[in-house]
Amino acid sequence: MIQETVGSAKAPGAARGGRLPKINPVFFVLAALLVAITLSNPNFVEPTGYMNFLKRAAPLAILAAGQIYVIVSGGFDLSVGSVITLTVVGSSVLLNNNADATWWVIPVMYAVGLAVGVVNGLVVSYLRVPSLIATLGMMITLNGAAFMWSSGSPRGYLPETFRFFGRTNIQGIPLIQFLPVALLVLIVVGLCLFWLMHRTNLGRLLHAIGDNPRAAQMSGVPLERVRIIAFVISSLSAVTAGILLGGFAGVSTDVGVGYELQAITACVIGGAQLLGGRGSVPASIAGALTLTAIFTLLNFIGLPKPVRDVVQGVILIVAVVLATYRRNRAGGT
Amino acid sequence: MKKLLTAALSAALFASTAQAQQLNFDDPAEFARQREMLTAKANGPEGEPWVQYYGDQMADTAQYKKEGPYTICFSNAGVNNAWRVTGWTNMQAEVKLHPEIKELIHVDAEGSDDKQISDIDDLINGGKCSVLIVSPNTTAALTPAVEKACAKLPVIVFDRGVNTKCPVTFIHPVGGYGFGIQAGEFVAATAPAGAHVLMLRIVPGVDVLETRASAAKRIFKEKGLNVIGEEFTEGDNAKTKSIVEDYLQRGSIDAIWMDAGATAVAALEAFEDSGLPLPIITGEDQQDFLMKWKAEGFKAIAPTYPTYQWRTPIIAAVKVLKGEAVPGPEWVMPQPSITAETLDQYVNDKMPPLHHAMCGCEKLPDYPAAWGGQ
Amino acid sequence: MNTATLTKRPAWRMERYAPALLLAAALAIYIAIALSLGHTRFLTPEAAVSILNRSIALGITAVGQTFAILVGSIDLSVAHLISASAVVSSAIMNGDPAMMVPAVLAVLLMGAVVGTLNGLLITKLEVNPLIATLGMALIIQGCLASFHGRFGGSVPDAFQYFAYGEVLGLPVSLIVLALLVLAAWAVLRFTRFGSNIYSVGGNRDTARAAGIKTARVVMASHIICSLCASLAGLYLASRLKSGSPWIGTEGAYDLESIAVVVIGGTILSGGKGGIWGTVAGVIIFSLIDSIFNLAGVDAFAKQVMRGIIIVAAVAFYAVRSKRIVA
Repeated sequence: MIQETVGSAKAPGAARGGRLPKINPVFFVLAALLVAITLSNPNFVEPTGYMNFLKRAAPLAILAAGQIYVIVSGGFDLSVGSVITLTVVGSSVLLNNNADATWWVIPVMYAVGLAVGVVNGLVVSYLRVPSLIATLGMMITLNGAAFMWSSGSPRGYLPETFRFFGRTNIQGIPLIQFLPVALLVLIVVGLCLFWLMHRTNLGRLLHAIGDNPRAAQMSGVPLERVRIIAFVISSLSAVTAGILLGGFAGVSTDVGVGYELQAITACVIGGAQLLGGRGSVPASIAGALTLTAIFTLLNFIGLPKPVRDVVQGVILIVAVVLATYRRNRAGGT
Repeated sequence: MKKLLTAALSAALFASTAQAQQLNFDDPAEFARQREMLTAKANGPEGEPWVQYYGDQMADTAQYKKEGPYTICFSNAGVNNAWRVTGWTNMQAEVKLHPEIKELIHVDAEGSDDKQISDIDDLINGGKCSVLIVSPNTTAALTPAVEKACAKLPVIVFDRGVNTKCPVTFIHPVGGYGFGIQAGEFVAATAPAGAHVLMLRIVPGVDVLETRASAAKRIFKEKGLNVIGEEFTEGDNAKTKSIVEDYLQRGSIDAIWMDAGATAVAALEAFEDSGLPLPIITGEDQQDFLMKWKAEGFKAIAPTYPTYQWRTPIIAAVKVLKGEAVPGPEWVMPQPSITAETLDQYVNDKMPPLHHAMCGCEKLPDYPAAWGGQ
Repeated sequence: MNTATLTKRPAWRMERYAPALLLAAALAIYIAIALSLGHTRFLTPEAAVSILNRSIALGITAVGQTFAILVGSIDLSVAHLISASAVVSSAIMNGDPAMMVPAVLAVLLMGAVVGTLNGLLITKLEVNPLIATLGMALIIQGCLASFHGRFGGSVPDAFQYFAYGEVLGLPVSLIVLALLVLAAWAVLRFTRFGSNIYSVGGNRDTARAAGIKTARVVMASHIICSLCASLAGLYLASRLKSGSPWIGTEGAYDLESIAVVVIGGTILSGGKGGIWGTVAGVIIFSLIDSIFNLAGVDAFAKQVMRGIIIVAAVAFYAVRSKRIVA
């Protein structure tokens, strides 16, 4: 496969200085979809329209921004959906209808997320279990654990203090009328993860590992540690997504189901290369927005669910075909 | 291109056979029968609907009479949702009321037909069971396994049925049409003619849910209501809220009809977050919905698919083994709905949000702790 | 995707016997639990047959998945293909014994088409196999869902012979699975195609350089994988008398089949492993199920343990290797 120099134009949004930035097609696709949504529903340009859209997309976008760390390093994280479920169910148990408990429950859930990420990373790095299997096992285990913890059904409500992050809109902002807290969270998390991936040494190491683990190891990259960090970031982003989803929609037992594949899909739509070496945080977030936009558009057009499945499948494949085509044309074999 | 090809090919394959075999989820005779039953008077003690029954046909069980103590075996489709969790807790508590039961052997099929068939086989071959209780995962799929079990020991089926009359009795509430009728008639009576109704459903193709929807549609059509959409939520709160928000952006909704109440609160929150008054809504007996209803006082009804039906199989099993007659081959029990008048009886802030209030469990041992209450 | 396979190492003796060791361990636990609970009835030959019978569908699917994984690919579309096959077969048969042959042919044709498409996407369009088959899964699900509720139909009694018939005291379905396994073994062990699968899975570039038509090998492996899934769908239709559109996904045959193949010692990046490991993996899974049932483990605890067992079993092989895994 093509051995590109690490760091060369792999993050279209990040490419700067001297060269013309190559813009990732996902941004054009996203723009086109937003235009299409506006055409089918003119109300979309109202603040309620696009703000609701962004609020809804925020959990997936954060999840994708975390997942891309693992993908760039050459792995997968299938456990994120179950981390979301565990966060929502666990929080409801710990909160026990006590609104004042939020301040310590959220850190506890982050600690749980940290532990999950570390275990994923250790199992992959030291037990040498492929990440697909390691995180699949984690997914099954955590789903069971969430049920065991709550004896099958959550024990309490999520109080408004907890739901603040996913549900509340800050009112009275000029120009845009209101700003969902979830969007604020997305912006902050997105910027942090962007910085970490594209402006620090960690990002470079991740890319190096994903590109060629053997070579990276030879050149002294602390392989195990970097991979563990990638899994931890992914798990922590899943906890964040869980807090937003629990806030948005309240307590239920299967909130996280299917999010792992959606997050990977979002990254792939954003041009990430599976099995490592290539991917960008902004493009993954754009991928998540694109995926949400597709669902919204199909909703507005009123297509039945089956058609939506087919469209999603086709788009997934086409996105990868296009990315491969672009890569091949850009140089190499 | 390739995908179009597959799509076209499978479509052609499907289409060639699809038309002839449309399943009938809209049977006017059954609709009428269930509508009548909803208002009929049930036999049995007032206030204990789990032992009540409609009609007077009884199953003779003298041939199964046996000395105690009994081992009751239960093949469960799964405990994969809050309704089943409440029900399963009911059943375990009911067992404690019967000293003649030595053991309850429970096998959980985790929502898989294939596994449940193997489970039933194992239970029969284990040779310990005095009686077998089955809550089938799918009606058609479990029929052969249940038939096989019937040849060896008395079988009691509840919740979803099977396509055979061989079990001693099949315990179930009035039915899907009944649920759809209760919810549909409330909307039709409360909303003005021409009102916009959004139908929210879980998934297509499940028999008990399809009949709920077909019954409601029939009523909406009769009353001239305007069904503006029929959407599938997959029982997911976030999806439900998004769907309702999208509809609200494009127009008004006067009433929401749901085929199951799990996501009713999420639907209501979409109105709240959009700053709109709450609509007429049909939910179910989940505590979170009842609490919201009590607090906000919107126009609502909560038809139920009562979880107290999980008590009845144990009661029936003991009767069968003692040779006492039980209602059969069908034991149809009442299916009450919670209305604004009866809401106070059921709402209880000490119970967890997904607890199903129509459990008939308030007097059972370990209530409320075993159900997660405080 | 080749980076993982570039660092191939000589086969470990240990890896060869590991599946047998795991199987022996599972068996020992099963026997110990049955004895300690006094359920000697569960130690008879009939009980053994019934344990094997638990996993026919998983076994058939896993045989196919073994081909996909050995060649360095993977197939996530099997669960939905199983549903589609079960639904289509029961709809076409619709209780009429005369339609059995056309239905079986149609279902197998459908499997072949899906396998071909998967193969084309992966080889010609160079789509990552995970994404290609995931996309295919969504497409099949969509096609299937658009006919939700429009399907009745059930298989005729004669067709149920597949799932419930017995020959010489052995279930027909078990015999079919055994024959399938033997055929798969023979293909992998004795044919040129079989050795090509190992070469392509081991290192696609070297294989291509050695003059192997790699695209064709990958394609054929995917067709075999999909055909097996279709056969599993037919078996389930026969067992359940009718096909429900969620039968494949509720059994989680996609992830479970991958899990048993990997537990059986076939490595995820391809080129190493074999059919007997998969058989051991399938039996281990049924034993775990039976152990849980015997011991009366609660459903949620079961799930937790299952997840840990999958990871532990794979770690059992992998931990000794120096390979850097993806």
